[in-house]
Amino acid sequence: MEYKTVLTTCGYCGCGCGLYLEVLDGELVGTMPCKTDPVSQGGLCIKGWNLHEFVNNSDRLTQPLMKKEGQFREATWDEALDHVASRLKEIKEKNGPNSIAFLASAKCTNEENYLLQKLARAVVGTNNIDHCARL
Amino acid sequence: MLERVKELLGSGEIAGFIGLKLEYGHPEPYLFTKDHPEDLESLLVGDVRYPLNKVLLKVANQYPELTFGVMVRGCDERGLTELFKWNQLRQDRVVPIGVACPRELAEACECYKPYPSQWLVGEKTEGISKSKRLQKIEGMKQDERLSYWQNQFNKCIKCYGCRDVCPMCFCEVCSLEDRNFILTGKIPPENPTFHLSRAVHMVGRCIDCGLCEEACPSNIPVRTLYKKVGEIVMDVFGYRTGESAEGKSPLNILGEVTLELSDVNK
Repeated sequence: MEYKTVLTTCGYCGCGCGLYLEVLDGELVGTMPCKTDPVSQGGLCIKGWNLHEFVNNSDRLTQPLMKKEGQFREATWDEALDHVASRLKEIKEKNGPNSIAFLASAKCTNEENYLLQKLARAVVGTNNIDHCARL
Repeated sequence: MLERVKELLGSGEIAGFIGLKLEYGHPEPYLFTKDHPEDLESLLVGDVRYPLNKVLLKVANQYPELTFGVMVRGCDERGLTELFKWNQLRQDRVVPIGVACPRELAEACECYKPYPSQWLVGEKTEGISKSKRLQKIEGMKQDERLSYWQNQFNKCIKCYGCRDVCPMCFCEVCSLEDRNFILTGKIPPENPTFHLSRAVHMVGRCIDCGLCEEACPSNIPVRTLYKKVGEIVMDVFGYRTGESAEGKSPLNILGEVTLELSDVNK
């Protein structure tokens, strides 16, 4: 028998509201705002309040999908990443690095977004980097 | 409190205690069990309030045969009284451990009874019988008051936080999610239908804990609204929600009229 709360940050947008995920016997059962969080001060929007719902949703993608013959098919991470890397390389060689843009995400951490811009600037060689909030 | 919880867990009188645990500098709701006695070192009372009764409902639903302890303030105890009446919890399977609120908290809440019937922590401070914030709004002229509330309700982003945090909102189906009644994808929600529906549903339920208002990202004074609901319930039915195990909750009183099956079929 175990009920605990796990302090985390909402993954839906860039506001970074603090919340607790409620875990009952290893199962995610609810979300509760963190009242002492300096950012959200105990408030959440409707998405934050329902954060626990997507984690175990059957519609959630758990593997990369690749389009083959017009159909999405499940692929391994190695397969998907190799494909992306080789295509990016081809495009860069053919059309130059500025033909590629990178879109980071507010759902990611600062560190992950840092790594993405590093990949854009240092590996591919472009300053075309933006984020999902301006899509 | 710590000693009492240790004693209850040790004797097996309770299977777990729902309280607050200090973790990473934040007080968080937690179920203390005798399997992890070291956790009790982080047991906290503090002034930050969480819907512990709501946690208790979740845990007790999973383990209906077990008895649990729970930290209660005056408001939480009123909540338990109503939850027993509404058959959401069994009184013989809950051991409340009381905390009397400090004056600052009682004043901030304008709580009429900021202490439970018994307490191990804190000292009794007198309750506040008249809510100044309610008096202020009631002092407005009618049209001024109407526009005040309309403006407040227009701030609503329909997060449902007031309902989701509410320890007394235990319905499986919520009218505020009825798509014929409240349109989806529209903010602010129907004004004043959305908020007044919730207010009506607080009759005999709202125990004035104020967690709704603290959870509101738009700072709508919903607590003041429900304080008025409580006042009307008191004036009309002579019923103070959560005060006593006696008496029927107003919405459970069927009144003098009895419906015959033939009336329904007409």
